[in-house]
Amino acid sequence: MTPTQTTKESKSKNTKHSNLLWLASFVSFVIVFASFVVAFQPRAQRIISLVPALTEMLYAVGAGPQVVAVSSYDEYPPEVTALPRVGALIDPDTERIIALKPDLVITYGSQVDLQAQMKRAAIPSFDYRHGGLSHILVTMKELGVRTGHVAEADQAVAAIESRLAAVRANVAGKRRPRTLLVFSREPRTLRNIYVSGGRGFLHEMLVIAGGENVFSDIDKESVQVSTETILARAPEVILELRPKEIPAGQPMRDELASWSRLASVPAVRNKQLLFISGHAVTVPGPRVADSVARMAKALHP
Amino acid sequence: MNIRLRIVTVVTLFAIGTVAVVLWAPTVGSTSISLAKAFDRSIPWEENVDAQIFFVARLPRVLSGALVGATLAAAGVVLQAMLRNPLATPFTLGVSAGGALGAMLAIAFGLEVGMMGVSSIPIASFAGSLVAIGIVYWLASSQKRGLSTNVLLLAGVTLNSFFSALILFVQYLSDFTESFRTIRWLMGDLDVGSYSPLIAALPFVVAAFAVFAILPRTLNVLTLGDDVAAARGVEVVRTQRLAFLSASLATGAAVSLGGPIGFIGIIVPHLVRLMVGSDHRIVLPAAALFGAAFTVLCDLGARTIMAPLELPVGIITALIGGPFFLWLLVKKS
Repeated sequence: MTPTQTTKESKSKNTKHSNLLWLASFVSFVIVFASFVVAFQPRAQRIISLVPALTEMLYAVGAGPQVVAVSSYDEYPPEVTALPRVGALIDPDTERIIALKPDLVITYGSQVDLQAQMKRAAIPSFDYRHGGLSHILVTMKELGVRTGHVAEADQAVAAIESRLAAVRANVAGKRRPRTLLVFSREPRTLRNIYVSGGRGFLHEMLVIAGGENVFSDIDKESVQVSTETILARAPEVILELRPKEIPAGQPMRDELASWSRLASVPAVRNKQLLFISGHAVTVPGPRVADSVARMAKALHP
Repeated sequence: MNIRLRIVTVVTLFAIGTVAVVLWAPTVGSTSISLAKAFDRSIPWEENVDAQIFFVARLPRVLSGALVGATLAAAGVVLQAMLRNPLATPFTLGVSAGGALGAMLAIAFGLEVGMMGVSSIPIASFAGSLVAIGIVYWLASSQKRGLSTNVLLLAGVTLNSFFSALILFVQYLSDFTESFRTIRWLMGDLDVGSYSPLIAALPFVVAAFAVFAILPRTLNVLTLGDDVAAARGVEVVRTQRLAFLSASLATGAAVSLGGPIGFIGIIVPHLVRLMVGSDHRIVLPAAALFGAAFTVLCDLGARTIMAPLELPVGIITALIGGPFFLWLLVKKS
């Protein structure tokens, strides 16, 4: 071995070392960069929600303390009643929203003007539109990421999923009654009856709760139906969602009496007129599993 | 031709047509039913779906269509003659806007005072109409010389826009589902669901038609001008008062039953005048009959065109009425 050879060898060894060094530093850089991205990903700390369903989701994923203002229609969870109100779907108060210095504004899909204004003000916005049941869960996970509560969001979603699965298992194999799902009607009459068609979270809730929607063939979330179509479709159960509890006694008798005009409908004949009351049922939010459970209990007592 | 014979012939022909439409309309719909089964008394009521579709779903709907159509068309004739304005409608004098405001308030504040099977919304609507009638009548009669048609028109139009602003205000304050319900109410809906609202509206309409029956001869003279009419011995003020009050009362009742269904009160009178001339002894009954048939047919469209979905009847009357009225305007000029 000549001295020259040794130098050459040691040189190549050196290059190898420096290659390794480069690789190691690159990998560590990537790791550091990635952890920076994760750590400093803009976690919203001052959130304004203009969609009541999403306010509920924020609280469900543990981002409640980060919410600084809500819409004028928010009423759940009770904590929101103490928060400032900044308008709603058609009348968002842009000035107040900006003055509250939010770092995330939750808007509804149709609020394009507000979204444009938020963009101009360099305030990030989260754009949402009502979808089916799965959309609720997806949105909760997305909110978890945006607010830095990924694990809690996953947990909350898993809890809802397992409760829905339990309801599904409970009603599996049971006869599915043909159900008319009414969510709006002129009080004490059979006028302006709005029911769930075969799309949207109400329809999906009914299906999970073990009912068959008599208007599932209509690809709409909300359908105004005439007394004639109700008579023709002959539902076995009429399930009515009401914002407020109907007091027992005369008011309840009046409500039942208005349906009794459709005497040939099996639901009327067999007294299968069921009412579920409370605002929660018609909110596509994290309380959906409770509502499905209530529906299932009503349909399959 | 002897005028009396002409009246009888024309009105009989219109009556035959209208009766035919009213009898035929309940036999068709989004579901096909067997008439034999519907009228079979041996099948228990609870089990006879066809009978229920006929008697519970379709018949009250057809009858309220006929009642609303006849009322709005006749009120249109009376008001156009009284105001000597071809653009006058039953809704020009603020009655429907008052009715609409009443209904909006009942929907937005969730009023739940019903009477005799009639819900709060028609009751509030009728009350709103009465308030509007009262205000317009008070304004128009506060002048020295009886009822001023100009003041009537101006007061009515102003009240219309004032009430419309209040309606928008109420809608703005109410939440989305209520806003939607109020907007839907404005499109008109004849699916009344029972006979009670029909029976509740009937006395007012019958009373108004009793007044309409004595009006035609004086309306004929009145169209020539107040002074000419007065010279011919017509008690102008009394006639105007009767005409305004009866037409408005009937309109209020019709609006409370089916909502403010547009265009019937303006196109039917003009169409009938084109067919039978301008003698109110013929125009008034013919327009009432034609209005009934027209509305029943439009509502037939409303419940079948998109079945099982409902189409608001006001959209159909406006879609037919609007272009037709423009054609009429162009043709006349």
